[in-house]
Amino acid sequence: MDVILFLTFAVIAVVCAINVVVQTHPISSALSLVGVMGSLAILYLLLGAEFIAAAQVIVYAGAIMVLFVFVIMLLNAGAETKKGRSYLIPGAPLLIVFLGLVAFFVQRMFAPGTMVHFGGFTGGGPRDIGSALFTTYLLPFEVTSILILIAIVGAIVLARKEIE
Amino acid sequence: MELLDSFIFISLIKAAVIFGVLMTTLAYLQWVERKVIAHIQVRPGPYRVGPHGLLQPLADVIKLITKEDLVPPYVNKPLYLAAPFLAITMALLSISVIPFGPTIHIGSVTTAMQMTDINIGVLFILAASSMGVYGIALAGWASNNKYSLIGGLRSSAQMISYELPMSLAIASPLLISNTLSLRELVERQAGSIFNWNILHGPFPQVISFIIFIIAAFAETNRVPFDLPEAENELVAGFHTEYSSMKFASFFMAEYANMITVSAMATLLFLGGWMAPWSTEFGSNLVPSSLFGIVAMVLLYHGFHAARKRDKLTFPIFAVIFLIVAAIFLLPMVQSWLLPLFWFSAKTGAILFTFMWIRGTLPRFRYDQLMGFAWKFLFPVAMLNLLVTSFLVAWTTN
Repeated sequence: MDVILFLTFAVIAVVCAINVVVQTHPISSALSLVGVMGSLAILYLLLGAEFIAAAQVIVYAGAIMVLFVFVIMLLNAGAETKKGRSYLIPGAPLLIVFLGLVAFFVQRMFAPGTMVHFGGFTGGGPRDIGSALFTTYLLPFEVTSILILIAIVGAIVLARKEIE
Repeated sequence: MELLDSFIFISLIKAAVIFGVLMTTLAYLQWVERKVIAHIQVRPGPYRVGPHGLLQPLADVIKLITKEDLVPPYVNKPLYLAAPFLAITMALLSISVIPFGPTIHIGSVTTAMQMTDINIGVLFILAASSMGVYGIALAGWASNNKYSLIGGLRSSAQMISYELPMSLAIASPLLISNTLSLRELVERQAGSIFNWNILHGPFPQVISFIIFIIAAFAETNRVPFDLPEAENELVAGFHTEYSSMKFASFFMAEYANMITVSAMATLLFLGGWMAPWSTEFGSNLVPSSLFGIVAMVLLYHGFHAARKRDKLTFPIFAVIFLIVAAIFLLPMVQSWLLPLFWFSAKTGAILFTFMWIRGTLPRFRYDQLMGFAWKFLFPVAMLNLLVTSFLVAWTTN
């Protein structure tokens, strides 16, 4: 059951990801990206990370991508024109070779027993994430918060109207 | 027995029951709303189809199904067709984690009055509601109509803005209850009204309850925040180009969202299906006496009828209400009917507030709407969350 679900949503994620690039219209691309986020959330759920899955949908698919779609709609961006498909001839084999190499080295780097097996995952609940964030990973967490705060302040400074 | 106990079988039956009840409620909620607003505006409201217009929802459903299903030219067809489907799916999805009552026993089967209990139920509802924005935004964009587009843009901006105060308002009662599962959330509010999160120490969540309700109005695109479909400037907003069942899908999604947020407010702040005081002081007699009183009032009006038809209809309704009152007194059904009554009563009260406010308040201006969310609701919700978390941390140590 776990394997079937994994394969289904992995295929959906990959197809959506390819669709992001292939589609000519920005809205279609953005929606494919939402599809990628959604299938990734399901994959997290399969790994027992409920909180990450929910956060993925709420933050990425729900908030960030809505803003993307909003901006595309607001600017009324039209469909792009394709300039031939010559890039496919070197691109596609190169990509396959690259992915094959990644898979090969990942397979080699880890011992067979340490690979991911489906089912029986725990420890991805909000409680575990919270205690991990505030004990083990306290410094990276706080540093990231300050980084985001700086980004927010920067965005406000850039967007502010100058009052004469 | 094997079949009866199986998870899939029980889930299918629960899904069928919840879907049936929900669809009927959706249809009749619209009748109730028309009646409530009509009486606020001193007119009778739907009155022709059936006694007191009670068959009006049925007539509306037949009308919507048989209407011509028009797809205008120059729309983005796949998205135009997918948008209403997306809206109604996301609206119905969140109902699946809402608990209506405690665990019940029917014969040998023990099951919770809830589709499924997941330990991140609150987050699940937030996720489903944040995905629901797409239905409206895409409908507005795919229709290829300037009014629809403005409606869709307004809706997405408004829903993102109000999601923040809403999430912060939800976080405070969660801190007090210390769980994300909706079922546990309610079970920790058991006892009396003073254990409900709205009055429970260390910090009563009155402020976050009010913020949640205000944000819920904006999230469901209801008056006074119904700018996405402001009819005097945008024709019908994002669903201008939709007809027949596609329009009905948006309509049902709006009402399903109303039910979800009302149920959420009930679960988070008002103690879910818990009675406001214990059965020792007679809380189990409340529904019977309420229905009894309604029956008596109906009987009185039936005998002093203002209109001729009321002489017949009012006594019939009175008898129905008396039978309901008697059912609530039966000891064997009380264990599951009473929680269901309290849950429906609380949710219904909040739904009534929705209608009441629709009949009372004018619409916001768009800049006021945004300013209100970002400059007032958000800081207040943040402050409330800070105070709550300090007090919770202080009292638990």
